Amino acid sequence: MSDFTPNIQVFCCHYTSQQALSVSPEGLRADGFPAGASINRVVCGGKLKVSSLLKAFEDGADGVCVVACPEDKCHNLMGSQRAAKRAGAVKKVLAELGLEAERISMHHLERGFHQEFVTVAQEMEQRVKAMGPSPIKGEK
Amino acid sequence: MIVAERKPVDEILKMIGGAKRVLILGCRGCVSVCSAGGEREVEILASMLKVGRKKEGKPIEIIEASLVRQCDKEYIDSIDQWDGQFDAILSMACGVGVNFIANLRPMVNVYPAVNTSFFGGSAEQGVWSEQCAGCGDCVLHVTGGLCPVARCAKSLMNGPCGGSQDGRCEIHRDVPCIWQSVYEKLNGLGRQEQMLELAPIRDWRSAGHGGPRTAVRDDLTV
Ligand code: SF4
Ligand code: SF4
Repeated sequence: MSDFTPNIQVFCCHYTSQQALSVSPEGLRADGFPAGASINRVVCGGKLKVSSLLKAFEDGADGVCVVACPEDKCHNLMGSQRAAKRAGAVKKVLAELGLEAERISMHHLERGFHQEFVTVAQEMEQRVKAMGPSPIKGEK
Repeated sequence: MIVAERKPVDEILKMIGGAKRVLILGCRGCVSVCSAGGEREVEILASMLKVGRKKEGKPIEIIEASLVRQCDKEYIDSIDQWDGQFDAILSMACGVGVNFIANLRPMVNVYPAVNTSFFGGSAEQGVWSEQCAGCGDCVLHVTGGLCPVARCAKSLMNGPCGGSQDGRCEIHRDVPCIWQSVYEKLNGLGRQEQMLELAPIRDWRSAGHGGPRTAVRDDLTV
């Protein structure tokens, strides 16, 4: 399993991702952002759809992280609370399908770039490495 | 509206058996409003089934679609555009929709993806509650508009059973005793005398106990 590079899809809102996206991909990697992690930006956490998160798994993600504003300090008031509800719904769906619910995680971070943003992806990478690749990977 | 809830995914996977191509058919009517079987839920179920079947090593092809309603022949007819492209239809409409497809397309395998739960309304965002039993002989004019058939655990017609406490039903403290609510409502309106009117023994044939019901409007049948 040592050559396994987990496919991690990080979904974040405009505010939690803008700084991260403004540094070059190399810069982000230099800070320790995992090699198999990609950022998917949405205008607001409230825009995130359950089906988009599920689609990430369908398309081969081993783990999915959702990052949005602090619960009580969302730029759009309720957006990050809605994102958390949708991540929670996907957690239930994964369990219903007999997959590990820990393959999705929700995080509330302050806007701007912080090392925690990288840590979120690193922690998911560690978790996924311990669990192994998603059992639904393979031919489409 | 009719309130429904998606069935557990393993039950759905089991009912479609080995079907390789499935048409998931949502309804833009009631089930769309209660977020059980509208376009968004079709998309989610499609993803769930694809993931579920990939995990079993038996991939599935899915067509996602929604009809304006599934309780009208004119809309059911539009299913024919997918003729030959599916082995089974998974309807996300209420049971009426599933029955309509089964009635009108005898050679189609149709399965229900939701449990049709009750007639109700949205009490608050994301919460629905039962309000009417569709019993066919409405008594709301004597109960202050509150339905004892649907909302009393025992469907009592002549006042409370005697088990309520602090206005809550004896079956659970989260459930209001609807007869207490009827009393408060009528009292507030100065109509409490109405509580003394005896409800006659009821003829339940209109509630479906006399077999399936139909409604005919002669003025509309031409
Ligand atoms: S098929 Fe059922 S859910 Fe759809 S509009 Fe008709 S009654 Fe409502
Ligand atoms: S407590 Fe009230 S609502 Fe509950 S069963 Fe008795 S009369 Fe019906």
